[in-house]
Amino acid sequence: MRVLSWLYLAVAYAFVFLPVVVLVVFSFQDGRLPVPPFKGVTLDWYAKVLGDEDLMAALLNSLLVAVVSSLVALILGFLAAHALARVRLPGSVLMRGVLIAPMTVSYLIIALGLLTVFNQMGIRPSLWATGIGHVVINLPLCFAICYAAMGDHQKNAERAARDLGAAEWQVLALVSAPMLAAPLAAAFFLSVTFSWDEFIIAFLLTRFDVTLPVEIWSMLKSGLSPATNAVGSLVFLVSVTLVILLELTIFRRAK
Amino acid sequence: MTAGVSIQAVSQRYGTATALDAVSLEIAAGEFVVLLGPSGCGKTTLLNIIGGFAEPTKGHVLIGGRDMAGVAPKDRPTTTVFQDYALFPHMSLRDNVAFGLRMRGVDRTRRAAKADAMLALVGLEGRGDRRPHELSGGQRQRVALARALAVEPEVLLLDEPLGALDLKLRRQMQEELKAIQRRVGTTFVHVTHDQEEAMAIADRIVVMNAGRVEDFGPPRQVYLHPATLFTASFMGEVNRIPISGGRAPFGPVPVPDGTLCLRPEAISATGPLRIGPCRVADAAFFGTHVQAHVVPLSAPDLRLAVHLPQSAAVEVGAVLDLGAETFVVLQA
Repeated sequence: MRVLSWLYLAVAYAFVFLPVVVLVVFSFQDGRLPVPPFKGVTLDWYAKVLGDEDLMAALLNSLLVAVVSSLVALILGFLAAHALARVRLPGSVLMRGVLIAPMTVSYLIIALGLLTVFNQMGIRPSLWATGIGHVVINLPLCFAICYAAMGDHQKNAERAARDLGAAEWQVLALVSAPMLAAPLAAAFFLSVTFSWDEFIIAFLLTRFDVTLPVEIWSMLKSGLSPATNAVGSLVFLVSVTLVILLELTIFRRAK
Repeated sequence: MTAGVSIQAVSQRYGTATALDAVSLEIAAGEFVVLLGPSGCGKTTLLNIIGGFAEPTKGHVLIGGRDMAGVAPKDRPTTTVFQDYALFPHMSLRDNVAFGLRMRGVDRTRRAAKADAMLALVGLEGRGDRRPHELSGGQRQRVALARALAVEPEVLLLDEPLGALDLKLRRQMQEELKAIQRRVGTTFVHVTHDQEEAMAIADRIVVMNAGRVEDFGPPRQVYLHPATLFTASFMGEVNRIPISGGRAPFGPVPVPDGTLCLRPEAISATGPLRIGPCRVADAAFFGTHVQAHVVPLSAPDLRLAVHLPQSAAVEVGAVLDLGAETFVVLQA
């Protein structure tokens, strides 16, 4: 039985990680095609990728969109969560539901909706449009994480701050937000990873300046190459680093 | 600085429930007043109204002669020590205590100096760099006190501040609280449901029940000469004896009709109000006194609780001739 359960574990992990492992391994392929047989190790593809100006521009765009849209989503989500957790409003259950609902809608539908709305409003596809799209998908996530983290403990501290003369913005900035530093950071980094990986909204809402996933897709159109694998590995590396940092700093401290 | 509080016919309703019913109180500047009562009596509601966390349905609150209607907590000359301390966990003790001064625009060095002085006042000298989670419950309570006093409020409100502490620590903190109040001279309004705590620290006790003030006076008066039956039994154990036509069940007594209230420790062999010979039904040694239940021979249905001196050797079945030292007669 023991052997079987270890075997099951191994198979499960292989199922999840084999594609990534293959991707990374063939990014070092010393040949023109990222398919078996493996012909030897080279860093040429990484050199090529890192020297590619379009790709590096796309990478910077992606970072910019991810950080800015996540910050906006975090601030909006935090404020909404704070209001709904602290103030008794008519229909607050409904408001909460409506705020979280976009999580259940596919990115494709959201992207199509945004495309239509932006066309109507005369907003051209751009990084800004993509950023707005990413705020739309990450706001429910940030809201849900912040809302779940708000408890009576903070409520009492906020009351004490008001009692000691803090104005409402000071209560938020000096007490509420710092007390929720861990969940706020978790929400931010999760948003960054989602935005960093997101393809379909970025594909439909960008035109000249594109994000990294869109650039990778256009590379794929010209056929398979170990260069694509190298880019994919870099993207994966960034995501994994973010998650590990998150685990080491925030989740560990929260325990 | 210190100010008096005038509460004028304050009522508070939540829907159909009445939390406070036309409560009026005059609290003098520099006084230590305790609001005492069972849970749900309205004492915390009244404290919240003084602090500005709730607006009364009716009536007025004046602090230092100024009407507080519509004045937010942050603009009132009051600060509060909360039951759960409500310290800011992400700040050092110094920053916690200095928070109110920071909100008032005091510069960094001056507020740090003031915070250190306040920490010294509550016995936490040199711990300014610690975080709240490094402290015990009693120490956190001291920080909360220092933080509330740092802004030199005219009135300090304390919402069951010792409720979470164990008995021994609570008794010790009571003494310190009283000493600190004497030192700073601020008006203290303190809420508790512990009558021993109330008597230990209060200049005057406000006994509350069901949204009304039952009694208001110094501990001695409230304990020995309660205004109502509720106060009499809330402040401590009491024997209630019905009097009608100048007669108690054990015989004639020279008091008006009503309910005669006798505290167990007021009953002794020498008391002027004679109860007469009583048989001891049970007795137990309590350390500070001997607690016994006695039945007057002339009234076999009456059972009185009596505290006799530590040295009294009381045996079950013995007959003692008893009387009462101090007593009150109250109308129900």
